[in-house]
Amino acid sequence: MTAPETDKTGIKIGMWLFLYTEIMLFGGLFILYAVYYAKYTTDFISAGKELDTTFGAANTVILLFSSFLVAASITALRKRTTGLSIALVLGAVACGLAFLVNKYFEWGHKIGLGIYPNSPNLVEGEPGRNIFFGLYYTITALHGLHIIIGLTLLIIAAIMIRKGRTTADNDSLLDNSGLYWHLVDLVWIFVFPLFYLIL
Amino acid sequence: MSDLNEQHILSYGKLALVFGCLLVLTAVTITVSRIDLGAANIWAAILIAATKGSLVLLFFMHVKYEGPVIRYSFLATLLSLAILISFIFWDVSFR
Repeated sequence: MTAPETDKTGIKIGMWLFLYTEIMLFGGLFILYAVYYAKYTTDFISAGKELDTTFGAANTVILLFSSFLVAASITALRKRTTGLSIALVLGAVACGLAFLVNKYFEWGHKIGLGIYPNSPNLVEGEPGRNIFFGLYYTITALHGLHIIIGLTLLIIAAIMIRKGRTTADNDSLLDNSGLYWHLVDLVWIFVFPLFYLIL
Repeated sequence: MSDLNEQHILSYGKLALVFGCLLVLTAVTITVSRIDLGAANIWAAILIAATKGSLVLLFFMHVKYEGPVIRYSFLATLLSLAILISFIFWDVSFR
Protein backbone atom coordinates (compact mmCIF):
# COMPACT_ATOMS: atom_id res chain seq x y z
CA MET A 1 0.00 0.00 0.00
CA THR A 2 1.40 3.36 -1.01
CA ALA A 3 -1.53 5.23 0.51
CA PRO A 4 -0.63 7.55 3.41
CA GLU A 5 -0.39 5.80 6.73
CA THR A 6 -3.74 5.94 8.54
CA ASP A 7 -3.86 6.30 12.29
CA LYS A 8 -5.98 3.25 13.01
CA THR A 9 -5.51 3.58 16.75
CA GLY A 10 -6.75 7.17 16.64
CA ILE A 11 -9.79 6.12 14.60
CA LYS A 12 -10.56 3.39 17.08
CA ILE A 13 -10.20 5.65 20.13
CA GLY A 14 -12.55 8.14 18.47
CA MET A 15 -15.13 5.39 17.99
CA TRP A 16 -14.79 4.30 21.61
CA LEU A 17 -15.29 7.89 22.85
CA PHE A 18 -18.55 7.91 20.93
CA LEU A 19 -19.52 4.52 22.38
CA TYR A 20 -18.94 5.91 25.90
CA THR A 21 -21.59 8.55 25.24
CA GLU A 22 -23.92 5.76 24.11
CA ILE A 23 -23.23 3.85 27.32
CA MET A 24 -24.13 6.94 29.35
CA LEU A 25 -27.28 7.48 27.24
CA PHE A 26 -28.63 3.97 27.80
CA GLY A 27 -27.18 3.94 31.31
CA GLY A 28 -29.32 6.95 32.16
CA LEU A 29 -32.44 5.18 30.93
CA PHE A 30 -31.57 2.10 32.97
CA ILE A 31 -31.18 4.28 36.06
CA LEU A 32 -34.67 5.62 35.41
CA TYR A 33 -35.84 2.02 35.19
CA ALA A 34 -34.07 1.12 38.45
CA VAL A 35 -35.52 4.04 40.41
CA TYR A 36 -39.06 3.29 39.26
CA TYR A 37 -38.53 -0.42 39.84
CA ALA A 38 -37.64 0.38 43.44
CA LYS A 39 -40.76 2.52 43.76
CA TYR A 40 -43.29 0.34 41.93
CA THR A 41 -41.80 -3.15 42.31
CA THR A 42 -45.07 -5.10 42.27
CA ASP A 43 -46.48 -3.17 39.29
CA PHE A 44 -43.25 -3.73 37.35
CA ILE A 45 -43.26 -7.45 38.11
CA SER A 46 -46.87 -7.95 37.00
CA ALA A 47 -46.36 -5.77 33.89
CA GLY A 48 -43.20 -7.70 33.00
CA LYS A 49 -45.28 -10.89 32.89
CA GLU A 50 -47.35 -9.36 30.09
CA LEU A 51 -44.32 -9.35 27.79
CA ASP A 52 -43.72 -12.52 25.79
CA THR A 53 -40.49 -14.19 26.97
CA THR A 54 -40.35 -16.30 23.80
CA PHE A 55 -40.15 -13.21 21.60
CA GLY A 56 -37.55 -11.66 23.87
CA ALA A 57 -35.46 -14.83 24.02
CA ALA A 58 -35.65 -15.32 20.23
CA ASN A 59 -34.47 -11.76 19.67
CA THR A 60 -31.67 -12.26 22.20
CA VAL A 61 -30.38 -15.33 20.36
CA ILE A 62 -30.71 -13.55 16.99
CA LEU A 63 -28.68 -10.56 18.19
CA LEU A 64 -26.02 -12.68 19.89
CA PHE A 65 -25.63 -14.71 16.69
CA SER A 66 -25.37 -11.55 14.58
CA SER A 67 -22.68 -10.24 16.92
CA PHE A 68 -20.79 -13.48 16.47
CA LEU A 69 -21.10 -13.15 12.67
CA VAL A 70 -19.76 -9.58 12.73
CA ALA A 71 -16.82 -10.57 14.93
CA ALA A 72 -16.12 -13.49 12.56
CA SER A 73 -16.32 -11.18 9.53
CA ILE A 74 -13.45 -9.11 10.96
CA THR A 75 -11.41 -12.28 11.42
CA ALA A 76 -12.24 -13.27 7.82
CA LEU A 77 -11.22 -9.85 6.48
CA ARG A 78 -7.91 -9.92 8.35
CA LYS A 79 -7.28 -13.41 6.99
CA ARG A 80 -7.88 -11.89 3.55
CA THR A 81 -10.87 -14.08 2.75
CA THR A 82 -12.92 -11.18 1.43
CA GLY A 83 -15.87 -13.17 0.07
CA LEU A 84 -16.39 -14.92 3.37
CA SER A 85 -16.15 -11.61 5.21
CA ILE A 86 -18.89 -10.06 3.05
CA ALA A 87 -21.09 -13.14 3.49
CA LEU A 88 -20.71 -12.96 7.27
CA VAL A 89 -21.58 -9.24 7.34
CA LEU A 90 -24.65 -9.89 5.20
CA GLY A 91 -25.61 -12.74 7.52
CA ALA A 92 -25.52 -10.29 10.42
CA VAL A 93 -27.64 -7.86 8.42
CA ALA A 94 -30.21 -10.62 7.86
CA CYS A 95 -30.26 -11.26 11.62
CA GLY A 96 -30.78 -7.56 12.31
CA LEU A 97 -33.72 -7.49 9.89
CA ALA A 98 -35.20 -10.59 11.54
CA PHE A 99 -34.90 -8.79 14.88
CA LEU A 100 -36.84 -5.82 13.52
CA VAL A 101 -39.55 -8.06 12.04
CA ASN A 102 -39.94 -9.76 15.43
CA LYS A 103 -40.12 -6.37 17.12
CA TYR A 104 -42.77 -5.25 14.62
CA PHE A 105 -45.00 -8.20 15.48
CA GLU A 106 -44.35 -7.80 19.19
CA TRP A 107 -45.20 -4.11 19.23
CA GLY A 108 -48.16 -4.69 16.89
CA HIS A 109 -49.56 -7.30 19.27
CA LYS A 110 -49.18 -4.98 22.28
CA ILE A 111 -50.70 -2.02 20.44
CA GLY A 112 -53.59 -4.30 19.38
CA LEU A 113 -54.19 -4.99 23.08
CA GLY A 114 -54.44 -1.25 23.71
CA ILE A 115 -51.01 -1.03 25.33
CA TYR A 116 -49.18 1.91 23.80
CA PRO A 117 -47.93 5.23 25.18
CA ASN A 118 -50.79 7.42 26.44
CA SER A 119 -53.38 4.71 25.68
CA PRO A 120 -56.49 4.81 27.93
CA ASN A 121 -55.64 1.26 29.03
CA LEU A 122 -52.32 2.44 30.50
CA VAL A 123 -53.31 5.91 31.67
CA GLU A 124 -56.28 4.64 33.68
CA GLY A 125 -54.41 1.62 35.07
CA GLU A 126 -51.77 1.34 37.77
CA PRO A 127 -49.17 4.15 37.54
CA GLY A 128 -46.32 1.64 37.84
CA ARG A 129 -47.65 -0.34 34.88
CA ASN A 130 -47.91 2.84 32.81
CA ILE A 131 -44.30 3.74 33.65
CA PHE A 132 -43.11 0.21 32.90
CA PHE A 133 -44.59 0.23 29.41
CA GLY A 134 -43.51 3.84 28.88
CA LEU A 135 -39.93 2.80 29.57
CA TYR A 136 -40.39 -0.35 27.49
CA TYR A 137 -41.44 1.66 24.43
CA THR A 138 -38.82 4.37 24.95
CA ILE A 139 -35.90 2.00 25.42
CA THR A 140 -36.89 -0.52 22.72
CA ALA A 141 -37.61 2.31 20.25
CA LEU A 142 -34.23 3.92 20.91
CA HIS A 143 -32.62 0.50 20.66
CA GLY A 144 -34.51 -0.21 17.42
CA LEU A 145 -33.23 3.06 16.00
CA HIS A 146 -29.72 1.92 16.86
CA ILE A 147 -30.38 -1.38 15.06
CA ILE A 148 -31.40 0.54 11.92
CA ILE A 149 -28.27 2.74 12.11
CA GLY A 150 -26.11 -0.33 12.77
CA LEU A 151 -27.62 -2.17 9.79
CA THR A 152 -26.91 0.84 7.56
CA LEU A 153 -23.29 0.91 8.72
CA LEU A 154 -22.88 -2.83 8.16
CA ILE A 155 -24.34 -2.61 4.64
CA ILE A 156 -21.97 0.28 3.82
CA ALA A 157 -19.06 -1.76 5.20
CA ALA A 158 -20.06 -4.76 3.04
CA ILE A 159 -20.18 -2.53 -0.07
CA MET A 160 -16.79 -1.03 0.76
CA ILE A 161 -15.24 -4.47 1.21
CA ARG A 162 -16.73 -5.48 -2.15
CA LYS A 163 -15.26 -2.35 -3.76
CA GLY A 164 -11.87 -3.12 -2.25
CA ARG A 165 -11.84 0.09 -0.22
CA THR A 166 -12.07 -1.69 3.11
CA THR A 167 -9.31 -4.28 3.24
CA ALA A 168 -7.24 -6.29 5.69
CA ASP A 169 -4.83 -3.35 5.99
CA ASN A 170 -7.53 -0.71 6.09
CA ASP A 171 -10.30 -2.31 8.09
CA SER A 172 -11.41 0.57 10.32
CA LEU A 173 -14.83 0.93 8.70
CA LEU A 174 -15.75 -2.70 9.34
CA ASP A 175 -14.09 -2.62 12.74
CA ASN A 176 -16.00 0.46 13.91
CA SER A 177 -19.32 -0.66 12.40
CA GLY A 178 -18.76 -3.92 14.24
CA LEU A 179 -18.09 -2.11 17.51
CA TYR A 180 -21.33 -0.18 17.08
CA TRP A 181 -23.22 -3.39 16.36
CA HIS A 182 -21.78 -5.10 19.44
CA LEU A 183 -22.85 -2.13 21.55
CA VAL A 184 -26.40 -2.55 20.28
CA ASP A 185 -26.16 -6.21 21.30
CA LEU A 186 -24.74 -5.19 24.68
CA VAL A 187 -27.72 -2.92 25.37
CA TRP A 188 -30.13 -5.71 24.47
CA ILE A 189 -28.34 -8.06 26.89
CA PHE A 190 -29.59 -5.76 29.67
CA VAL A 191 -32.98 -4.97 28.14
CA PHE A 192 -33.95 -8.63 27.90
CA PRO A 193 -33.75 -9.63 31.60
CA LEU A 194 -34.99 -6.28 32.91
CA PHE A 195 -38.15 -6.17 30.82
CA TYR A 196 -38.94 -9.77 29.92
CA LEU A 197 -37.66 -11.79 32.83
CA ILE A 198 -38.29 -9.88 36.04
CA LEU A 199 -40.19 -12.05 38.48
CA MET B 1 1.34 -4.79 22.31
CA SER B 2 4.50 -3.16 20.99
CA ASP B 3 3.01 -1.88 17.76
CA LEU B 4 -0.19 0.06 18.37
CA ASN B 5 -1.44 -0.59 14.85
CA GLU B 6 -0.87 -4.29 15.17
CA GLN B 7 -4.01 -6.35 14.62
CA HIS B 8 -5.18 -9.16 16.75
CA ILE B 9 -6.94 -11.92 14.87
CA LEU B 10 -9.35 -13.96 16.94
CA SER B 11 -9.85 -17.50 15.68
CA TYR B 12 -13.30 -18.65 14.57
CA GLY B 13 -13.15 -21.36 17.21
CA LYS B 14 -12.64 -18.88 20.00
CA LEU B 15 -15.45 -16.65 18.74
CA ALA B 16 -17.77 -19.66 18.48
CA LEU B 17 -16.85 -20.62 22.04
CA VAL B 18 -17.76 -17.13 23.26
CA PHE B 19 -21.05 -17.33 21.34
CA GLY B 20 -21.73 -20.74 22.96
CA CYS B 21 -21.10 -19.30 26.43
CA LEU B 22 -23.47 -16.43 25.66
CA LEU B 23 -26.20 -18.89 24.64
CA VAL B 24 -25.69 -20.96 27.78
CA LEU B 25 -25.89 -17.83 29.94
CA THR B 26 -29.10 -16.80 28.16
CA ALA B 27 -30.61 -20.20 29.01
CA VAL B 28 -29.38 -19.84 32.61
CA THR B 29 -30.90 -16.40 33.05
CA ILE B 30 -34.27 -17.59 31.71
CA THR B 31 -34.22 -20.65 33.99
CA VAL B 32 -33.23 -18.63 37.07
CA SER B 33 -35.98 -16.08 36.37
CA ARG B 34 -38.57 -18.86 36.72
CA ILE B 35 -37.44 -19.79 40.21
CA ASP B 36 -38.78 -17.48 42.91
CA LEU B 37 -35.78 -16.13 44.80
CA GLY B 38 -37.42 -12.91 45.93
CA ALA B 39 -35.16 -9.88 45.65
CA ALA B 40 -32.27 -12.14 44.60
CA ASN B 41 -33.93 -12.61 41.18
CA ILE B 42 -33.15 -9.11 40.01
CA TRP B 43 -29.56 -9.36 41.26
CA ALA B 44 -29.09 -12.70 39.53
CA ALA B 45 -30.46 -11.22 36.29
CA ILE B 46 -28.11 -8.22 36.50
CA LEU B 47 -25.12 -10.39 37.42
CA ILE B 48 -25.69 -12.75 34.46
CA ALA B 49 -26.28 -9.81 32.11
CA ALA B 50 -23.04 -8.22 33.32
CA THR B 51 -21.18 -11.48 32.67
CA LYS B 52 -22.61 -11.70 29.16
CA GLY B 53 -21.79 -8.04 28.57
CA SER B 54 -18.21 -8.63 29.70
CA LEU B 55 -17.82 -11.51 27.24
CA VAL B 56 -19.09 -9.33 24.38
CA LEU B 57 -16.80 -6.47 25.39
CA LEU B 58 -13.68 -8.53 26.01
CA PHE B 59 -13.82 -10.78 22.97
CA PHE B 60 -16.27 -9.52 20.34
CA MET B 61 -15.21 -5.92 20.95
CA HIS B 62 -11.54 -6.89 21.47
CA VAL B 63 -11.15 -4.90 24.70
CA LYS B 64 -8.99 -7.71 26.08
CA TYR B 65 -6.46 -7.02 23.34
CA GLU B 66 -6.57 -3.21 23.36
CA GLY B 67 -3.91 -0.90 24.67
CA PRO B 68 -4.11 1.06 27.94
CA VAL B 69 -5.90 4.09 26.42
CA ILE B 70 -9.08 2.19 25.53
CA ARG B 71 -8.91 -0.06 28.58
CA TYR B 72 -8.65 2.69 31.14
CA SER B 73 -10.98 5.11 29.41
CA PHE B 74 -13.57 2.31 29.29
CA LEU B 75 -13.14 1.67 33.00
CA ALA B 76 -13.44 5.42 33.63
CA THR B 77 -16.77 5.38 31.77
CA LEU B 78 -18.03 2.53 33.95
CA LEU B 79 -16.85 4.39 37.04
CA SER B 80 -18.71 7.54 35.93
CA LEU B 81 -21.85 5.49 35.40
CA ALA B 82 -21.41 3.86 38.82
CA ILE B 83 -21.03 7.28 40.47
CA LEU B 84 -24.13 8.51 38.67
CA ILE B 85 -26.11 5.45 39.79
CA SER B 86 -24.94 5.62 43.41
CA PHE B 87 -25.60 9.34 43.81
CA ILE B 88 -29.07 9.05 42.31
CA PHE B 89 -29.92 6.14 44.60
CA TRP B 90 -28.46 8.00 47.56
CA ASP B 91 -30.72 10.91 46.72
CA VAL B 92 -33.82 8.78 46.07
CA SER B 93 -33.50 6.61 49.18
CA PHE B 94 -32.95 9.43 51.69
CA ARG B 95 -35.58 11.85 50.53
